[in-house]
Amino acid sequence: MRFFGRGHGACPGCGLAIAVRNILEALEGKCFVVNPTGCLEIISSQYGRNAWGVPYIHPLFDNAAAVACGISEALKVLGREDEGEVVVLAGDGATADIGLTLHGMFDRNHDVIYICLDNEAYQNTGHQQSALTPLGEATTTTPAGKLMLGKIGRKKDMVAIALAHGSPYVATSSAVLPADIRRKVKKAAKIEGAKYIQIHCPCVTGWGIDGKDVVKVGNLAIETALYPIVEFENGKLLTVRKVKERKPVEEYLKIQRRFRHLFTSPEGRKVIEEIQKIADENALRYGIDLKK
Amino acid sequence: MKIRLNIGAISEPLQSEQFKTGDWGTEWSFVDREKCTACRVCEQFCPDGCIEVKEIEGKEVAVVDHNYCKGCGVCASVCRYGAIKMELKELFKVDVC
Repeated sequence: MRFFGRGHGACPGCGLAIAVRNILEALEGKCFVVNPTGCLEIISSQYGRNAWGVPYIHPLFDNAAAVACGISEALKVLGREDEGEVVVLAGDGATADIGLTLHGMFDRNHDVIYICLDNEAYQNTGHQQSALTPLGEATTTTPAGKLMLGKIGRKKDMVAIALAHGSPYVATSSAVLPADIRRKVKKAAKIEGAKYIQIHCPCVTGWGIDGKDVVKVGNLAIETALYPIVEFENGKLLTVRKVKERKPVEEYLKIQRRFRHLFTSPEGRKVIEEIQKIADENALRYGIDLKK
Repeated sequence: MKIRLNIGAISEPLQSEQFKTGDWGTEWSFVDREKCTACRVCEQFCPDGCIEVKEIEGKEVAVVDHNYCKGCGVCASVCRYGAIKMELKELFKVDVC
């Protein structure tokens, strides 16, 4: 039986759909999915077009974590914990802006796997900036022009926030690494407590890329160290995906429409330098460069 | 005392399967059965779950379900053996004069 049905409404080449299929298959369908408003809800749960083969609930935008905590506690009281994991599949807006109330879940350490499907903006409403939008990205609320070159400020470090709460398992992954997603989700399922996994999902329409380039773009984000793939257990760094030869960030930026304004002006060049600085910091912080 | 609970909308599982998305794109992917090694990488990557490894004539090969294939080309870009090709649908093969 399928856990995420065919015929859902995702754009051709959607990174999010790849991630969701692999998450559900890693858990063998033994899960209760809580999915706040976002791309995933729009593509999979229109009335009469439900794509889910597992128990699914759609809460409000901001209370996904609270609903998940409730389900997890109810399962404990009813003695049905072994029926499956409680999994939150939230977008980046529902995690870092509106749904940042997930602090409560971490505080009380409920047995929930919180998965953030990070496509770096509010893509279902047409590409508005969220707290996880990277520096310099042109969105409809941070349009590129003479005075402003895309988003000001960095991506919110959700991994550090989860770690600061003392979460037992925190990891990042990417939709272009299905084997990595499966391993991390399986591992998280075995650990008790509030786990956090952030998955980078390339978005075809929002980022302005072709379906054929989804895997290439996802891999470039890892190879330029703009999206470090890390894994923490009990606050200790366990694994880091190392990169043999780190590529300059231009290679990642130039194939996406959302960053094209950076290449047309001298001010844009400065922003690219700033982005390179972020990549260098990431590499230094997690030791991404493979030592020769 | 009776309490009336409003339970909201509840759907049957996998209703989306009745909506064939195969007519969305302009291309469909085709698998070269000679080159395919049934490594299952495309199966993991397909966003629509429409590629499955099946046994055909005694050999395991990937099979694309064109009822649901949206023609994104993700499978062709991840195939290490060059066994998947994207081809334009017959409908779009038109001569422009």
